[in-house]
Amino acid sequence: MGRLPKWNEMQEGFITKTLSESINKTGTWRTFKPIIDYSRCTKCGWCVIYCPEPCISFESSGDGKVVIDYDFCKGCGICAEECPIKCIDMVMEE
Amino acid sequence: MPFKNLKEIIARQDFFSPGHGLCAGCGAAQIARIVMKIAGKDSIIINATGCLEVSTTTYPWTAWKVPYIHVAFENAAAVASGIRAAYDALIMKKKLGKDVNVVVLAGDGGTADIGLQALSGAFERGDRIAYICYDNEAYMNTGIQRSGATPYDAWTTTSPAGQKTLKKDLMGIAIAHRVKYAATSTISYLLDAANKVEKALSISGPSFIHWLQPCTIGWRYDPKLTVKLSRLAVKTGLWPLYEHYDGFNKLTVQIPRRVPVFEYLKLQGRFRHIMDNQEELAKIQSYADELAAKFGLGPVAE
Amino acid sequence: MQKVEPFLLSGNLAIAYAIKQLNVDVVSAYPITPQTTIIEKISEYVARGELKANFMLVESEHSAISACLSAAASGARVFTSSSSQGLLLMHEILFITSALRLPVVMAIANRAVSAPINIWNDHGDIMPQRDTGWIQFFVESAQEAYDKVIQAYRIAEDHQVRLPVMVNMDGIVLSHTYEPVYPLRDSEVASFSPWNLSLKRLDPDNSLTIGGFCYPDYYFETRYQSSKALEDSIPIISKVDKEFGKLSGRSYGLISPFKCNDADTILVSMGSISTTIRATVKKLREKGEKVGMVSLRLFRPFPLNELIKSIKNAKAIGIIDKALSPGAVAGPLFTDVTSALYLSKMSIPTVNFFAGLGGRDVKIEDIESMFTNLKKIPKAGKIKKHSYYVGLRG
Repeated sequence: MGRLPKWNEMQEGFITKTLSESINKTGTWRTFKPIIDYSRCTKCGWCVIYCPEPCISFESSGDGKVVIDYDFCKGCGICAEECPIKCIDMVMEE
Repeated sequence: MPFKNLKEIIARQDFFSPGHGLCAGCGAAQIARIVMKIAGKDSIIINATGCLEVSTTTYPWTAWKVPYIHVAFENAAAVASGIRAAYDALIMKKKLGKDVNVVVLAGDGGTADIGLQALSGAFERGDRIAYICYDNEAYMNTGIQRSGATPYDAWTTTSPAGQKTLKKDLMGIAIAHRVKYAATSTISYLLDAANKVEKALSISGPSFIHWLQPCTIGWRYDPKLTVKLSRLAVKTGLWPLYEHYDGFNKLTVQIPRRVPVFEYLKLQGRFRHIMDNQEELAKIQSYADELAAKFGLGPVAE
Repeated sequence: MQKVEPFLLSGNLAIAYAIKQLNVDVVSAYPITPQTTIIEKISEYVARGELKANFMLVESEHSAISACLSAAASGARVFTSSSSQGLLLMHEILFITSALRLPVVMAIANRAVSAPINIWNDHGDIMPQRDTGWIQFFVESAQEAYDKVIQAYRIAEDHQVRLPVMVNMDGIVLSHTYEPVYPLRDSEVASFSPWNLSLKRLDPDNSLTIGGFCYPDYYFETRYQSSKALEDSIPIISKVDKEFGKLSGRSYGLISPFKCNDADTILVSMGSISTTIRATVKKLREKGEKVGMVSLRLFRPFPLNELIKSIKNAKAIGIIDKALSPGAVAGPLFTDVTSALYLSKMSIPTVNFFAGLGGRDVKIEDIESMFTNLKKIPKAGKIKKHSYYVGLRG
């Protein structure tokens, strides 16, 4: 629905059901974007667990590489800072 | 079953959804996510008013994939007790089959100050709730005003010359209420924190976790340093990681060589005004030294 | 209906007995005179195993109502009670309870508010709660307190209503005075107000977020919803009252008018003072005075239509307030009644009588003086004074 809901279209009791991941894409917040150098990544998992969104995960298929969901990444830089290999670069976005 | 490695924790399903409104680099988001991984689907989250509540439940979306309730600022513990009383009554009367985790996530404001009365009541009653206080050391949601958990000399908008009192000892308060389990944690010692959450959820009575949470906006630092600051807080001895169980305190992370407090304070804008003040720095160092002595941490590395 | 022997109960004990029969799941309450004996009695029932409930020993009224709210959200049937300062302490949570549409039932033994501290009856504690969005009843007897609490759960848990309910009874006067109370059978109460689990909101199998944060875009609609639900609950309240009447032989209506049809002067009131007024009307009618009275049983939502119907033929109306509203045009009940008259385009002269504050006794002679005052009001032209402080020294 494009427009705001009418009073009788809202669930009463001020109940919220819609998950933020389906409608609030916070990727627009960032200035810097984390880019992973897969040639050096050891898949240790620290970036995955420290991401506050969370928007970093191990790919479920293929070789299970680390993927960042840029729809949500706010560019905080924790992943780059905590990576033990330092294989994540924070790159200024256009 | 205690977690033995990172991959075990990562493998746990996430019940905290991205797309929430917490700041980039927010420590509270990390806490919520880890707690939800451990607590799992059959949990009810009670949140006091604060950063976490306001930013994760902005109508019409929510970041919570489990039942969640927010009522007001000072009553998180009472709300949790009510839910526990309801579930216990309904299960006893056979109107319900399944038990749940009742988990409170409340900030230092909603725990140490305005929420202290309700906390005390819940602890004294012995209600089976896990109370996790995410402590960012000020009333962050309303714009960085001091709380009872603000550390000595920290700048806040209501203590611009630096906090003049010491941080409230919430663990001491919990222990005085004879809570069966209480522990300090922080994100940088992740396995330690995850295991403490799991232990807290298994207690058949109230349990309390005091979780130090660096705040990029309130502590004035680049968001990428959240985990690093959390690590330094422990390494200076200012945030000893210990647990209280069965009447005894036990250090869970030993720091053989402590880092001088200056290394921790210099990264935070909220301590900028004492960077050249040797007297104040010495006071904070001696406070860290006292804590280290109390908990048996190592000496400061030269 | 078989003849049942009455119990000798005070208002407090009658309510406690109803709570036992209603099989509530969680009671979360804090003592305060004069409602304390309600929760003491319930504690006894729980300790003896006669009521299987979790009695939460909270550390303040604020926590009491908070725990009731969340227990109701978890699907439990809950009860709390308070008075005066305790009720005022609950104030912020009362708004939240109604906006979240949770079926909490609270009994209130109305007591004066500080300062000065006073444990006797008036309506100073309930009037500040007018805007909280709760359904609010005023009872005149221990019997009615018992009956209304049973009806309260049926109304609160109705799917179209789902609003919290307050049952007000005058502290000390009704809470502590013993009178015959005819109970219903346990089975009758259980079938009149059955509990159902579909009111549960906090359920891991159907995850919801309750009580979040919202921007200006949504607040108005949410508050309007619960406000409208309160207004729309009138027909359901009426229906429940009629059904209860069929079951018990006692039906109270939203208002109880007495001798209003041909009355020249009418007094409007709420609570136990109405009983005194009714006795005064009977006495004055024997002398040929054309007087009448209306007891409002329902205060919120305000029974506008019913009230207008009963008072429309009067030549002067007196409204009794047992609470001050300092700085307002006049007392709280007066404001509601005069608005109702104005909206119905009736310009009947109205007078506000403040009486009974702080537990001061209102006698039949005081009521007679109010009717005498009303009789003097000219049919047309201005009223000399619209507020009278009955019994005020000075």
